Amino acid sequence: MSETATSPHFKENAHAALADSELQRSLEILETNFIGRRKLVADKLPEFDALRDAARDIKNHTLAHLDLYLEEYERRVVAQGGHVHYAVTAADARAIILEICRSVNAKIVTKGKSMIAEEVGLDDFLTAHSITPIETDLGEYIIQIRHEMPSHIIAPALHLSKAQVAADFRRVHTQLPADRNLEEPQTLLAEARAVLREKFLAADVGITGANFLVAETGTSIIVTNEGNGDLTQTLPKIHIVLTSIEKLVPTLEDVSEFLRVLARSATGQEMSVYTTLSTGPRRSGDPDGPREYHVVLLDNGRSAMLGGEFREMLRCIRCGACMNHCPVYQAIGGHAYGWVYPGPMGAVLTPSLIGIDKAGNLPNASTFCGRCEEVCPVRIPLPKLMRFWREREFERHLSPATVRAGLSFWAFFARRPRLYGFATDVAARMLALMSGARGRFHWLPLARGWTDQRDFPAPQGATFQAQWRKR
Amino acid sequence: MFASIRSALGVNGREAPRRKEVADRLREHPTGVVPARGHLPPAERVTLFADMVAAAAGTVTRASVENVPGAIAEFLRRHNLPLSLRRGDDARLAALPWERERTLEVTVGPSDGRQLASVSHAFGAVAETGTLVLASGSDNPTTLNFLPDNHIVVVDAKDIAADFESVFAKLRARYGERQLPRVVNMITGPSRSADIEQTLILGAHGPRRLHVIICN
Repeated sequence: MSETATSPHFKENAHAALADSELQRSLEILETNFIGRRKLVADKLPEFDALRDAARDIKNHTLAHLDLYLEEYERRVVAQGGHVHYAVTAADARAIILEICRSVNAKIVTKGKSMIAEEVGLDDFLTAHSITPIETDLGEYIIQIRHEMPSHIIAPALHLSKAQVAADFRRVHTQLPADRNLEEPQTLLAEARAVLREKFLAADVGITGANFLVAETGTSIIVTNEGNGDLTQTLPKIHIVLTSIEKLVPTLEDVSEFLRVLARSATGQEMSVYTTLSTGPRRSGDPDGPREYHVVLLDNGRSAMLGGEFREMLRCIRCGACMNHCPVYQAIGGHAYGWVYPGPMGAVLTPSLIGIDKAGNLPNASTFCGRCEEVCPVRIPLPKLMRFWREREFERHLSPATVRAGLSFWAFFARRPRLYGFATDVAARMLALMSGARGRFHWLPLARGWTDQRDFPAPQGATFQAQWRKR
Repeated sequence: MFASIRSALGVNGREAPRRKEVADRLREHPTGVVPARGHLPPAERVTLFADMVAAAAGTVTRASVENVPGAIAEFLRRHNLPLSLRRGDDARLAALPWERERTLEVTVGPSDGRQLASVSHAFGAVAETGTLVLASGSDNPTTLNFLPDNHIVVVDAKDIAADFESVFAKLRARYGERQLPRVVNMITGPSRSADIEQTLILGAHGPRRLHVIICN
């Protein structure tokens, strides 16, 4: 899937996003719906910050013992009649799933929402092998019929207006009357529900992701609002859980802590509608449920992250709070990031998964305002991790020549404090003098990136260091 | 994969202290931070649960055991639904005095998507968030929780716990250490989606209505 990444063209993507008025209107929703609601429910729970600490500590403990918890988890899944498959790469995961689908000659596969399925490019792969994947989460269904990637990890179709969705439904649902009314979100949802209900009942295999895996009981957990994940995993003959190794937590008590921070951070709900714990296939006497239960555990670069400075990123529970609160994401939306994971979490994760050579722009697309870290339910120091990537990029000589030259020029002075103080003092006086009475510049050499859009203010008074010395 | 995880962690997987730490945690399953919210005297805890269900757009009534069939019929009439109901083989549901509602047609089994209303009996509930906890089994088909448009859930007032941890402890007591039923459904309100312009609409793929009957 990394071959389809447009992350190397981040700047062009961002320019296009800023000029897209429909997208800009859709992004306004972030402030009211996500940021406001999260604050409301977080403020209502006095223990919220203590729960975030607990969630961080549980993940740290699990990651430090990941090999042992995986062994315990696998043992419990197998004891309940389930199967565990290890996929080192995205290609391995695709091949394992194809083999399971072929074992029952699957024609239709329903899918619950799974970012891992996006990461491994599962839909295109299954389609290429004559199996029809049907996304059943409403947002995922909409972007599937548009052949797009999700623009947000929990609200995949956030970038679209209802008019755009209506146009897509008319284009795809050709079996329905052409003159039907599709003005309101209610009618759009009702149409999708009816179309997808048939698919749920016809599917041979259902594939879901997992929000958590529980070592204690060999359980996979999905958290949804629509109920699509439950229909996906209950009705077909086979349930496949496609997930990754860092989703593991030790016990049900640990799950409790995560349930308390996940929905609040993600959608601003006290609790999502459906939290479903699945342990193995249909048991004797069960009147419904899948006959086979498979878990595909993806690594795809994660075990390598365990050993380095990006281990903390593996705590991520994919709530989306970091992107909701990010001024860069708010301005350009998710598609500009060019791959599966957008926003601050994507800026850290994407270079780990597809390479800093392709994704180097992403950790640079940050103002380091720190809001992402402030709201992260597992307290991932996202700005620090983005800075690590910038350092790596510089060390590997991947940053542009002008940036490197500028940094070297600055570093020359920064390492000579007296010279630095003198030079900045002179520069500040010169700029103040040159700007005259207006106190700002329409144009400055080497600063067109700034002055093309707005005036550059001239320094006033002494430099910061000079003022600091006087205190 | 284990080799690369272990090499990244700088371990070989045979270290006794690490193994002990993992074994201890799985055996003792220590309780972490538990919000005070649900820790109330029984009557207030039930009220909190009912309030939280309502906040999640579910509806709630209270009824004594002999009046549960009547409460179900009333719900169906209020929404102009046929007096027809699907239920699982659950003994607690079977024992209800259905004969008191002669016009109510009750069938037993899973749902194939053609039923408009179903009733389940909850394993337990959590006051903290207004969450119902349903355990699958021969007597409780999972399809009843998702396919019919109207899902009615009966929960005993004494089974409404303060927090998630209490319900998990009760699951362990019933099913055994390190065991769970095939599916545990934690349900908080009716199905919904906000995927189109973030407009919240009830009844996405699961039930449009969730009606809870608290049984005294």
